[in-house]
Amino acid sequence: MTEAVIHLHRGGPLLALLGNPNCGKTALFNQLTGSRQKVANYAGVTVERKEGRLITAAGRALRLLDLPGAYSLHPRSPDEQVTRDVLYGRALGEKRPDLVLCVVDASNLRRHLRLVLAARRLGLPCVVVLNMVDVAEARGLRIDEGALSAALGMPVIPTVAVKGLGIAELKALLDAPCTWETHGPMPQAEPADHDTIDRLLGQLGLADAAPPVASDRIDRVVLHPVIGPLLLAAILFLVFQAVFAGAEAPKGWIEAGTAWVGNQVSTWLPEGWVRSLLVDGIVAGLGGVLAFLPQIIILFFFILVMEESGYLPRAAFLLDRLMGSVGLSGRSFIPLLSSFACAIPGILAARTISNPRDRLVTIMIAPLMTCSARLPVYALLIGAFVPARHVGDVFELQGLVLFGLYIAGIVGAMAVAWLLKHLTTGGQVRTLMMELPTYHWPQARNIALGLWQRVKIFLRRVGGIILVLTVALWLLASFPSPPPGATAPAIEYSVAGMIGKALAVVFEPIGFNWQISIALIPGLAAREVVVSSLGTVYALSASGPKEAAQHLAPVIAQHWSLATAAALLAWFVFAPQCLATLATVRREVNRRWIPWAMAGYLFALAYAAAFITYRVALALGLG
Amino acid sequence: MAEPDGPSLDTLGRGQAATVQRLEVPPDQPDWAQQMQDLGFVRGERVQMLHRALPGGDPLVVRVGTSTYALRRAEAACVRLNHPQ
Repeated sequence: MTEAVIHLHRGGPLLALLGNPNCGKTALFNQLTGSRQKVANYAGVTVERKEGRLITAAGRALRLLDLPGAYSLHPRSPDEQVTRDVLYGRALGEKRPDLVLCVVDASNLRRHLRLVLAARRLGLPCVVVLNMVDVAEARGLRIDEGALSAALGMPVIPTVAVKGLGIAELKALLDAPCTWETHGPMPQAEPADHDTIDRLLGQLGLADAAPPVASDRIDRVVLHPVIGPLLLAAILFLVFQAVFAGAEAPKGWIEAGTAWVGNQVSTWLPEGWVRSLLVDGIVAGLGGVLAFLPQIIILFFFILVMEESGYLPRAAFLLDRLMGSVGLSGRSFIPLLSSFACAIPGILAARTISNPRDRLVTIMIAPLMTCSARLPVYALLIGAFVPARHVGDVFELQGLVLFGLYIAGIVGAMAVAWLLKHLTTGGQVRTLMMELPTYHWPQARNIALGLWQRVKIFLRRVGGIILVLTVALWLLASFPSPPPGATAPAIEYSVAGMIGKALAVVFEPIGFNWQISIALIPGLAAREVVVSSLGTVYALSASGPKEAAQHLAPVIAQHWSLATAAALLAWFVFAPQCLATLATVRREVNRRWIPWAMAGYLFALAYAAAFITYRVALALGLG
Repeated sequence: MAEPDGPSLDTLGRGQAATVQRLEVPPDQPDWAQQMQDLGFVRGERVQMLHRALPGGDPLVVRVGTSTYALRRAEAACVRLNHPQ
């Protein structure tokens, strides 16, 4: 794993946020710096160090590092290693922090104070941030910060980071010169920590901390050996139903809007290449992708709620046995679930896996989890070929098919993991040791912020890479112009037409026509582009100008056989992932052959799956 | 150790509680001692079995102090307990 070192804010004293996983460091970081890093309710949300700028009450600028959570300064996984290296001044390109902000969960002092004592032994000045005091108070814990501060020999500031309470006091404290000096006696060696903390909690009257009763009550259902797994299956199933059922209306509005814009442009501009670029290239291409925004929003809404509430690690617990059967642990679940958004954050999240073999296997199968960039492709094909009707009153057929495709990806991933289990050193014991945080009500603000970030990412892709590729494809598909007296649509004489026909030789056995073959190439850069590319290709193949493919679905439903559509869906379950993913893998594993192996095996799987699907469908008479 | 060996954490039934006596990790997993200690499995700490998955009760969910962890059975087996009172 190599870290790029980029200093966003030069100079100034350096502060580091240290704490157990999931104690609110990132929420505090966001409050102190005004940035919007992702926060959620599970251990390991932050896997890289992140830097921000903090302005103290007196207006002094400081640099603040948000470090991955650690239970101790004995690292057990690559993300905890980052934390240790920074604190010991060993991190590449980063000086040793001048001050450590030790964030502790006020409702769980016994465990969190161990890290405070360890930090104190580093010899760096420390400030204790007593976070989540509201949760502690709700459980009847009243902490005397003055006494705690005196006992530890460090300043103590109570905060509720998610609500911004105590932030002003913390910023004011950073202006006091004595904050930046070490004082008080050095704690004894580590083995004595347990007794030190026992004594300290006894003095403060906190020896008997109350357990999280409300969370336990929820867990009695959620972790129930029979009800728990059924509930998990039901939740996942409902999410996919909702992705289709809930998005229909807004999707219709976006499509109507796109069609209207296309028609307006057609009316106002004279026939010619400018109009073709705007209507056939940009409007047909981008509009086609944009129509899938509602579905992406719905999917992320559910993922964010699961992250925020604390349900994710429970799901990992419930699936641990299943993952174990293919040689992985429940710890791989969260990175894999993140991959449903995009494989890149999933691959980064694999840093929380301590076993190097498990980490590599998790990275290798992460692209098989259906990322949100594939959702538009699935949705287009399902919308075109699967009738929207109900199955047995409750289930929506399109949602069922979508669920099936996601399951196909998961089954594929498990098969690959199972195979790797038999090919690599077997019989390893892997650790689980995973914290189950107390449940929190998802904060509407965090959910809204998370959704907004996803919308921004999506729109940036549409306006950036997807736009560029769409225009590039339009150019290739429009030039050179057909010779005079040509009878076939112009695109067949263009560069793209020729490339597509050459590629069709490779893809013909799996049922792809030349139009699909062209669209697959820009799809390597960003998978949604397959949709916009098909939009452009069919718009340019259309005979009349009015037939511009604002409605791609009916066009492909008319041109493709069911066998071809099924083969393309099968292809996309495994399809070689985008180049950005391969680059991330290269950076994370730091071995040149891994990304090649990954692209190779996924391409082979995709081709095989599409081939089998196509041939079976033909045999069933669906050609 | 003068005290007789108590049961290990993985043998507790659902809802049963005890206190930690010591950690006894398998020789091929030397890192577990430190890791379990970091999570709060230290002498005298109260532990309770909360949930066990089906089938076979592996993995399981335990409470240590006020924290909740999912552990493998092999991990829980490292935690030697004092005899319940």
